[in-house]
Amino acid sequence: MNLTNMLNAPKAGIRTPEAVRRERRVLLVLAGLAVAAVAGFCFIGLVGNWEYALGIRTRKVAAMVVVGTAIAVSSVLFQTVTGNLILTPGIMGFDQLFVLVQTLIVFLFGALALTSADPRLLFAGQVAAMVLFAGGLYRSLFGRDRKDLFVLVLAGIVFGTLFGSLSSLAARLINPNDFVVLQDSLFAGFNQVDPSLLGLSAVVVAATAVWTARLSSRLDVVALGRDYALNLGVGHASVVNQALVVVAVLVSVATALVGPLTFLGLLAANLARQLTGAFRHGLLLPAAALLSVVVLAGGQTLLERVFGMNTALSVIINFAGGAYFIALLIRETRR
Amino acid sequence: MTRPPATTGRPRTRHLAAGTVLLAALAAGSLFVGVSGLTPAGVLDGRPEEVRVLLESRLPRLLAVLLAGTAMSVAGLIMMHITGNRFVSPATAGTNESAAFGVLVATLFAGGQALFVKMSVAVLFALVGTFFFMWILRRLTFRDMILVPLVGLMFGAVVSAATMFVAYRADLLQTLGAWTSGDFSGVLRGRYELLWIAGAVTVLGYLYADRFTVAGMGRTFAVNLGVRYDRVVNTGLVLTAVITAVVVSTVGEIPFVSLIVPNLVTLVLGDNLRHALPATALAGALFVLVCDIAGRLIRFPYEIPVSTVIGVVGSVVFLTLLLRGGKRMGLR
Amino acid sequence: MIEIRDVTKRYDGTTVLDRVSLTIEPGGVTSVIGPNGAGKSTLLSIVSRLAPADGGTVTVDGLDVAATPGEVLARRLAVLRQENHMPVRLTVRELVAFGRFPHSGGRLTPADLALVDEAIAYFELEPLADRHLDQLSGGQRQRAYVAMVLCQDTDYVLLDEPLNNLDMRHAVQMMRRVRRMADDYGKTVVLVMHDINFASCHSDTIIAMKDGAVAAQGPTARMMTPEVLGPVYGLDIDVHELGGSRIGVYFS
Repeated sequence: MNLTNMLNAPKAGIRTPEAVRRERRVLLVLAGLAVAAVAGFCFIGLVGNWEYALGIRTRKVAAMVVVGTAIAVSSVLFQTVTGNLILTPGIMGFDQLFVLVQTLIVFLFGALALTSADPRLLFAGQVAAMVLFAGGLYRSLFGRDRKDLFVLVLAGIVFGTLFGSLSSLAARLINPNDFVVLQDSLFAGFNQVDPSLLGLSAVVVAATAVWTARLSSRLDVVALGRDYALNLGVGHASVVNQALVVVAVLVSVATALVGPLTFLGLLAANLARQLTGAFRHGLLLPAAALLSVVVLAGGQTLLERVFGMNTALSVIINFAGGAYFIALLIRETRR
Repeated sequence: MTRPPATTGRPRTRHLAAGTVLLAALAAGSLFVGVSGLTPAGVLDGRPEEVRVLLESRLPRLLAVLLAGTAMSVAGLIMMHITGNRFVSPATAGTNESAAFGVLVATLFAGGQALFVKMSVAVLFALVGTFFFMWILRRLTFRDMILVPLVGLMFGAVVSAATMFVAYRADLLQTLGAWTSGDFSGVLRGRYELLWIAGAVTVLGYLYADRFTVAGMGRTFAVNLGVRYDRVVNTGLVLTAVITAVVVSTVGEIPFVSLIVPNLVTLVLGDNLRHALPATALAGALFVLVCDIAGRLIRFPYEIPVSTVIGVVGSVVFLTLLLRGGKRMGLR
Repeated sequence: MIEIRDVTKRYDGTTVLDRVSLTIEPGGVTSVIGPNGAGKSTLLSIVSRLAPADGGTVTVDGLDVAATPGEVLARRLAVLRQENHMPVRLTVRELVAFGRFPHSGGRLTPADLALVDEAIAYFELEPLADRHLDQLSGGQRQRAYVAMVLCQDTDYVLLDEPLNNLDMRHAVQMMRRVRRMADDYGKTVVLVMHDINFASCHSDTIIAMKDGAVAAQGPTARMMTPEVLGPVYGLDIDVHELGGSRIGVYFS
């Protein structure tokens, strides 16, 4: 997602000047909002031992940028390869799937494995398992025979419930007394981000972002559907596989850092589609990522510093996201 | 309903009898599953300790399981008829979540009040939630078979988020967890009896069965047969809301039961409520009982809450219905 | 030249194509006709590598479609399927520009842009160029899709029932344009056709399929006879010479 590159390449002639101007404007406004939200989160109400507080806030906001980008990019990619614009990895419970994979590793190999193994190796293993599961799920749901859009969405949601129930079952089997674990995994928290994971996550997200940017023009073609992609000479299967790997990696990173954030991806991806009116991933991906950061950092700033509330932002995102989802469903029927 | 299954008709008395025998056997067996050693011999001998455990804990628990399972399944069956949609049930219409919201609000404003107060508030919330969902439905330009429960699930998620918000602000998250995950382990004598209300309402549902069947065929059809459609629909909604609220306020949310049990039963027996209702009641009791026993045995001596067990089993069954149900479910 | 050798395709145990062999010579318009379930669309999908064959080979100018890299083939052969549902919201110009993707990837050169404009003009889509596809009528949309295929600028163009959803006037216009694509641009056009009379009026060669096999193949005049058409459709079909074309009559 090379921002300047994209702004300077208007591809004259394909889109109307108004459309080009609108895209630029939306992107610039979003970038401005994102910077404002990040700055606001860091500096509003900074008193007393500000150096210390700023350090903590910077770390939190860095986590928001990493997680926000990961969730937004994975959601846009997932929508593109499934051709389903009202489903996201979050709604399908991919984050729950990651929690399940984590729990299953403990279940199968014991807690010792979790503590003694090299965390990077362990993470790689978890991501590999995620890729396998996500790939299998994709094949079973979005394979050759086309099913009704809503059936897929409903099935996706129920899969999410299944993963959630399975991980709480597994968690209880491992440690019947410790229900706190369950409670923790229910809420996304930016307060207990592991600093050692943050750096690694940032690198992983940046690397996958570069990878995705290189895929971006082929993603535009894949978004048209399989037959069009094949006709235009794009290896549909290869792009889908790469995108699914990226999705699995990004969901894993985001979930490992802060836990499930079910509706953020839907909000970011679909609002980005609505605001920019664009289908090109070169525009869509950065717009969604910026929106996601705006929602996270801006939302947290408003909640904490302006309204003085200590409510988990994820609850509010779920509320807004659920309502937005209903609106999208209703709009879909009006087509 | 869209398409009658291939084999419709009266449940064979034989099958109902077999189901009842199975249920009785499991019910009797369930009395002796638990940490404190309870044996049939000991109870028959009248050992005071064992009789006390039986009467204070095991028997109330069994009754709660049977009542909740029966009532939730029948509530699902009724709702599926009056909405004319197989996949609409208290579990997919926000009714469960609204009731839980009600319990939370009651706890906030009437902390130490009796269970009955909580239940009443829960009933009120469940009613408002259900009718609000029906209001959204009327706004949909076309009622897709799948879209309706999707909207319902999302509506439930939104209500849940609102509940969480309030609970978070009031520092009641831990308490909230108790209702959002249905669990029979806390059932003791004196703390489940409200469930009899749900049982009574279920019987009421049976008396109304024919009218629900007719309403299930659609407004035009119902009006043609001289049934007051709106009144029947509203009655059905009230019945389901009451049942759901009673169950949620006594043992917590039990997912999926109200959705999958009626679906499985009508898949075999067809949609005539008078025939399907007793079988649904039986199957619901059986299903919840089996899941409860499983929850007690999987990690003995610890207990897995029944909602977790049903969450797993229920989502697998629902997915199978959804993806493999095909023609029989009127999906394709 | 498109060479189809012993192509077989099965779905769930039913044989849809049974060792089909065909040669389609370069140039001109070829129509594939036949009753429902004859395997016309399946054959088109296999030739255009949208579906894999269970046996046999297809070569386009000597390139095996199953083995040739997608982008190489995409510069030689373009295909348009019947159902054209598009999950993303595009303008006509954006859609047509996708036709240049096999040639220049995501980055359009001035030459590409000129071709996009040409294709749009050819299908008289200029007034609609910046409209979104979902704002167009079915006929306009169909024109936009075919314009994209033209813009792909391939030697071979395969269209599956291009007249689907078109009224009489638009159907005739579409067929005239297809005809001119072959005449003006020297393309080899292969159509799957439902209507034998449209096929008769606008194609040079007709291939008749029945029950997953080729029933007959030949120049249009030789194919448009009661003897050939009757058995293919299991129907008595009279053929009359009208205005220089052979018209099959089967309505009563």
